[in-house]
Amino acid sequence: MTTFTDQPLEEQIAQWRAYVRRRQALNRPDVEELEGHLRDQLAALIETGLAADEAFLVAVKRMGNLDALSREFALAHSERLWKQLVLTPDDADKPAKTTRAETIVVLILAVAAALAFKTPAVFGDRLDGEEMFYARNASMFVMPLLALYFLWKRGSGVVSGLWLALPFVVGAIFANIFPFRKGSDTEMLMVLHLPIALWLAVGFAYVRNRWFADGGRMNFVRFSGELFIYYVLIALGGGVFTGFTLIMFKAIGMKVEWLAQDWLVPCGAMGAVIIASWLVEAKQSVIENMAPVLTRLFTPLFTVLLLVFLATMAWTGRPINVQREVLIAFDLLLVLVVGLVLYAASARDPQAPPDFFDGLQLLLVISALAADGMALAAIAARISEFGFTPNRVAALGENLILLVNLAWSAWLYARFLLRRGSFAALERWQVAYLPVYSVWAAVVVVLFPPVFGYR
Amino acid sequence: MDMSKDLVAASATPLVLAILAEGDSYGYAIIKRVAELSGGRLQWTDGMLYPVLHRLERQGHVAAKWSSAENGRRRKYYRITKEGREHLAAQRQQWQVVDGTLRGIWMKACMA
Repeated sequence: MTTFTDQPLEEQIAQWRAYVRRRQALNRPDVEELEGHLRDQLAALIETGLAADEAFLVAVKRMGNLDALSREFALAHSERLWKQLVLTPDDADKPAKTTRAETIVVLILAVAAALAFKTPAVFGDRLDGEEMFYARNASMFVMPLLALYFLWKRGSGVVSGLWLALPFVVGAIFANIFPFRKGSDTEMLMVLHLPIALWLAVGFAYVRNRWFADGGRMNFVRFSGELFIYYVLIALGGGVFTGFTLIMFKAIGMKVEWLAQDWLVPCGAMGAVIIASWLVEAKQSVIENMAPVLTRLFTPLFTVLLLVFLATMAWTGRPINVQREVLIAFDLLLVLVVGLVLYAASARDPQAPPDFFDGLQLLLVISALAADGMALAAIAARISEFGFTPNRVAALGENLILLVNLAWSAWLYARFLLRRGSFAALERWQVAYLPVYSVWAAVVVVLFPPVFGYR
Repeated sequence: MDMSKDLVAASATPLVLAILAEGDSYGYAIIKRVAELSGGRLQWTDGMLYPVLHRLERQGHVAAKWSSAENGRRRKYYRITKEGREHLAAQRQQWQVVDGTLRGIWMKACMA
């Protein structure tokens, strides 16, 4: 690595560096590495007798086309692509048309999702237990359309589209063939688990055929997090809109509750999924991602909460009071911690060395494991008393799945902090684990109702 | 020689790993070693090596470390990991199959 005494050459290098730095797919250390290479090359070329400016031309030429290079960098580091969306010159010449076409497609799909929700009413108004019918099929109205949007957007072929239709068809069949009794637990479990199972199919549509390729799954995780946040924001706006609708018509003495209940809220809720997805896709370049920011904010708070909780339990000797909701509460706690780990990983540069925040994450994971371990011990001690109900088996299964994830994450975090392993290993573990959630959800949907006699 | 892009891309991983298996190295030295080993017939676009290295690092096949060289500049050194060696061994077998097959058919073509 050489510094040159030749002043004009140093200036040329500085110009080149400034030019390369404008590429968003390359971060500072990358540029430094490339500059080191350029300098080595220059030194070697000058040694062979080239003049400084000639050497510079040759070295820059050998470095290669910067557009192609930053595309390669973007592929190798897809988290940067996500954050700052480098639109590759491949499709730079037709942006206006695609944007308009996309807006139209999105609007059509959103309206379709809203109408899909109203179609069953046209055919079977007198269905018994109508609410549960809608609850069971909630994901059927919008998720296939969302998958369709991604199929269209990624230009996937008809064949892969048909393959992706398969899980939805299977899901629709299972959602409607079981003879559930009124107020059945397994039915409620299906309502909760079917969307989780089918979300994997949306994921396949999202990543197209890059499920195992660099960062494909992590991008889907990022997408899911941002979608959730956008959806909540849109829902807040929708609530205000509905409120105004009610108040204004009330002012002229009309009751329009039916409008809000039957049309605005359900149709809005369906259409908003498509609109929010489109916003995430379109705006990922414009604003900083929110999910990682929230993660940074809440990781310390939850760590403190858990530590204080554990300390209080140790200090006062109060046992966990095993009631119905305890297992669910601890399930939710683990979901939250897995979410915090996942979104912290999604925003992290995997090549950066361990820092304070990574230590905090490990502390969070370990304290969550400890708290959950206590809860499980308390529940196990009384499991015979409870018997196995569908709710309890589902909750226990989920607890186990999350526990395995977190235990192994803690191990990988510890190795990373001790500099025995890389952060990439943790990221790989997290994304490799994603299908497990959906597979378990599918088990709950498909096997639980018959096994537990539809109760 | 003008090689097809796909072939260059496919051979980059085993080549880089094999060179790092000889000993720790850095980008510029790896490029020079490739040129040397191929007698100058295998020319990479210099910059393209780095995304390959970063991808290998991310996959855990190599580990990287910045260490400061003379006059305050830093240089990023790469080292092959245990997984990298295993991956290299697997790649080697695959390439040998391809190589053996092609050899077989071309030998026959020579004799005919």
